This record gives sequence, C-alpha cells and structure tokens, in this order.
Amino acid sequence: MNRWMPFEWIAALRFLREGRMQTLFIIAGVSVGIAVIVFMSALLTGLQANLTKRVLSSQSHVTLQPRDEIARPLRLDGEDLELAIVQMPLQRVRSIDQWQGLVRVLQDDPAIVAVSPVAAGSALAVRGDATRSVSIVGIEPDSYFRIVRLPDNIAAGTVRLSSQDIVIGTELARYLGIGVGDRLTLTSGVRTSGALTVTAIFDLGSRPVNERYVYIPLRTAQSLLDLIGCVTSIELTIADVYAAETVARRLQTMTGAAAYSWIATNAQFFSAVQAQSLSSGVIRLFVALSVALGIASVLVVSVIQRSKDIGILRAMGTSRGQTLRIFLIQGALIGLIGAVVGSALGAGGLLVFHDHVRQADGSELIPLVLERSLFVAAALLATLTGVLAAMAPALRASRLDPVVAIRG
Amino acid sequence: MADDVLRLEQVRKSYNVGRPTESEILHGIDLALGRGEFAALIGPSGSGKSTLLNIMGLLDRPTSGRLFVDGQDTSALDDRALTRLRGRSIGFVFQHHLLITAFTALENVMMPMLVERGFPDDAMKERALELLTGLGLEQWQHHLANALSGGQQQRVAVARALAMKPALVLADEPTGNLDTKSAEGVFEMMREVNRKSGTSFLIVTHSLEIARGCDRTIELVDGQIVASGTAPTAA
Repeated sequence: MNRWMPFEWIAALRFLREGRMQTLFIIAGVSVGIAVIVFMSALLTGLQANLTKRVLSSQSHVTLQPRDEIARPLRLDGEDLELAIVQMPLQRVRSIDQWQGLVRVLQDDPAIVAVSPVAAGSALAVRGDATRSVSIVGIEPDSYFRIVRLPDNIAAGTVRLSSQDIVIGTELARYLGIGVGDRLTLTSGVRTSGALTVTAIFDLGSRPVNERYVYIPLRTAQSLLDLIGCVTSIELTIADVYAAETVARRLQTMTGAAAYSWIATNAQFFSAVQAQSLSSGVIRLFVALSVALGIASVLVVSVIQRSKDIGILRAMGTSRGQTLRIFLIQGALIGLIGAVVGSALGAGGLLVFHDHVRQADGSELIPLVLERSLFVAAALLATLTGVLAAMAPALRASRLDPVVAIRG
Repeated sequence: MADDVLRLEQVRKSYNVGRPTESEILHGIDLALGRGEFAALIGPSGSGKSTLLNIMGLLDRPTSGRLFVDGQDTSALDDRALTRLRGRSIGFVFQHHLLITAFTALENVMMPMLVERGFPDDAMKERALELLTGLGLEQWQHHLANALSGGQQQRVAVARALAMKPALVLADEPTGNLDTKSAEGVFEMMREVNRKSGTSFLIVTHSLEIARGCDRTIELVDGQIVASGTAPTAA
C-alpha cells in the first residue's frame, strides 16, 4: 500500500486489479470508443481546416462595401404613393465614404487582424488579338497580402507590384499565351492602361479565380476605373474565422457600410460543413453513450459481485461517502486509462490513414491535424463519462444495507 | 452500569411496521454486557439472534428502546455517527470469515485502521503485524485472503476485529464453518485475547461446547431472553 494513496483509491485499484479480465475488457471497449472519437474528430478537423483554407485562400473573411443604391418612391401628401411600380436602380461602381478614416478605426478593432482597401472592377485583358474579360483587383500589396496570401501561391515569377506591374492567374496566362515578363493591356469601360508587365502567375487552387482575377497596384486600378482616391471595398481578416458573420453584422451597424462575411458568401459550403459537423457530433455522442453504458454495466455487476466486501467495509466503519467514492474512482480510472489507450490507438490510426490514403498524385488527401487539445478533451470527456456512468452503481453500493450485503 | 460495554433497554424490533404483515421479532430485550465479559448468545434458529446481534453491532436500528455502546446512547445518532462509533468500538467476526479477497492477510487486518485514518502508515502496519504474530499467522501475512485455509481466515478475521482495540467483539457463529480442531483453536484464541486485553466478547453460537467455554450464557427464545447465567441452560 502506498502511503500517499488514500483508502478509497487503494480499494478502487485493488477491486479493478482483482477483476482484471473484466477490467481489461471494459478498458478495451472504452479505448475503442475513444479511438473512434479521436480519429473522427481529428479527421474532420483536418478536412474542415483544409476546405476552409482553400475557400479563404482567395478571399477575405469580411468585406465592407458601399450599400446598394435604392429607388425612393416619390410621395404625395400623407401616405399616398404616386407610383405603383418602383424600378430597381442600376448599381454604379461607387466608393466607400471616408474610407481612410474607416480603415484607421478598423485597424484598432481587436477582432480584426488585417485591413486592406481595394479598388475593383471589370475590364478586358488584351494581348494581341486575344482578349479575356477579367476582374481587376487594385491592392496595396503590404496590407492585402496579409489577407490573401498571394505570395504563398505563386506558380511562376515573383510578386512585385509597381505601377506598371500585374499579377495574373495560371488559367488566364494559358488563355492569353503569356508568361512572366510578358506584357498585356487592360481596358475598362472608361480607360485603357499602358502595357503592364506580368511579374508573377498565381495558382489559388480555384479555376474561376485563376481565370478571372488580375492584381494591380491600387493607384493603377483607381486610375483605370476612374475612381481616383476611391476604394470599392475594404477587405478584412479577423481573429476567429468562424465569428465572421457576427463581426460582419457588428461592423455593418457600426460603419453603415454593407458587410459580407465569407460565411454568408459561401453559405452552401458553410452549411455543408455544419451538417458534416452535426452528423459527426451525433456519431460521437452515441459512441460516448455506448462507452458510458459499458462502464456502468461493468460496475453494476461489480457492485453485485462485491456486495459482501461492501458489507464488511461498512461494518468496519466505511462511510457511505467512502463507498461511493470507491466506485466513482473505478469509473474515472476506467475512463482515463481507456482515453489514454484510445487516444494512442486513434493517433496511430490517423498516421496509418494519412500515410496510406492519398490522392492519385501522391499528395495528402486530408491534412494530419493532431492537436494536444483533442487528446486533453478526450481524456477529460472519458474520465467525466466514467464518473457519471459509475454514479448509479456507486450510489447503489453506498446505499447497500450492510446486514443484507453480508448475508448475501 | 458505568462498566457496561453494551446495554439494551426494552429493545424491540419489528419488520413491515404499519403494514398488515407487521411482525415483532424482538420483544423488549433488556441486557447488559460488562467490560471484559466473555459471553455466548444461544437460542434456536429463528429466535432473533442475528437480528439482536445486528442491532448490538449498530448495523441495524431497533424499532423502539435504547441501546448504549461503550456508554454512549445510540438512539439519537445519525448514520454517519453510528458508522464512526461502530468502526471504533465494535469488532466483527462473521460466520463465513468474510475477508476481503482483493487484499492480503496483513492488509485485511490493517483495513479498519485504514478506513478510520484514510491513509496507510507504519503504525497500522506494525499493529496488524503484531496481531497476526500473536495469532501465529505472521508467515501468512502477504498471502491473499482466499489463499488461506478456513481456520487461518477466521483467525485473520479475529485479528481484524481486534485491530482498532474495540471495547466489544461480536462474533456470529465464528466456528460454524470450521472443523473441530480449527474451531477449538479459534475459540481458545478468542478466550486468550479476552483474558489478556480485557476486550468483551459476545459470541452467537449453536454449539453448547462453545457456550460452556464462555463465562456467561444468554439464551434467546422467540425474541425474548429466557435465561442469562453462568452455565448453559441445556446439556
């Protein structure tokens, strides 16, 4: 007997050790359950992180834009309307009012990590006889690259954006038959740029983006789109990517501009991710429930098997509380040991999965995400489940009448 | 009166109280057991011996009447206080020896002290070893309980009952499951402990041989004490 170990722990450990086959089987059961939970959670985390990263590789978390122009019906006296039909107005490319001041306010917001003004519009990219419609994104490279990590996704060349430079996508480069160092011209509805030199070709993992987006300096874009001193949007990166919708609503109220989160602009993707999380959560819940029932059933049997021991202990002066704790500790230990073994099994399974299930080109199918917090959470969840599962048998043990228990 | 280790005043015990099937098992028991007494409780099966033993051992409560253990009135004590008093003042020896099989002989003897103090220490180990040595069991100290013979287990149970130096040991048919030789050995051992330590013993038995070896015999018939004296009432 260890001096530092209290009576309840000594008794709990001895009871588990004496019924070692029973103990081993239930720990094996708990381990398998925890392994499934760890495996599924890590896989899902990796999958979602990967999908989210891909979606967010070419867009900001929140975009602030001028509000749409609305038609205001003319009114006669009182409430009578003069016009029965109100036609929606055409939406012009407009600037955000007082955008420089707004950028400063946003930079001081603790929920926002990066802020970048953008002047965007449509144009034609012209290279000899070839033309292609494109979306111009006029940026300040230093701030914008903190939002869209373009330099991390360069297929050729080096990102450099001086006034006569342009960065285009791989698909557009293929259509126009140009490479790094070649030149092209952009023509908007109002102006035509001078010859712009392609300094880099990006691949953001999305064909439409690679085909349509071109990045040029903010001032060049303002000039080309006839938006001198104006920006059409302010792009934001926020600290918690999944809080984008909440932050967007707050900023809309605060600034008066229209705020769109990546969650709203990718609603179908996000609802798919949520559905995936929900279904996975339900599976994990049922696995945890079966683990709890397994622990409870083993401990119920243990209480029946040990009723005489409990009776003797009670006759020797063991309190109801001590008896209760002996069985709660057993539940907690089964849960904890099961969690440790299960976490190891789950992590091992993930490594095997990651090594053997790969894409056709040999690259990883799903990134391996093994966070310490997952294992800590699994250990806590399993231990708590063990304690809760042990509650009913422990209460039963503590309420045993010693006379009845000893008599058997 | 002050030297009584156990005193019962008009103790009654009924089951199914308030129901049509209510039945009274013990009918107003008055009994006192002096400090250092070595007594036998005898009576036919169904006379209420076990019920009376459970009440005296604070494992059960009387329906009415008062019970004093080591001078303390137990009628107003709650479950926790009764448990504490039972652990400190009363040692039990059961018919089926009932050691805890997950522990060794030494640990079984240490158990009442461990329950009381919470953590194991050298003092309780020394006390347990001293008791086992006194009963000739020191070589079996590290054996698990179910690796011992019936006689050895019962002697370990006696050692365990004495671990807390209780004022009273209640033994329920302690030799009932043992062969004659082992039964004699266990009985003699309890007698010697009684003589040396002055611990009171009350032994429930069907054996007149055992009863004859006691200083006093209490006979219970149909829930009432019909005789209490220095010799068995029947031969």
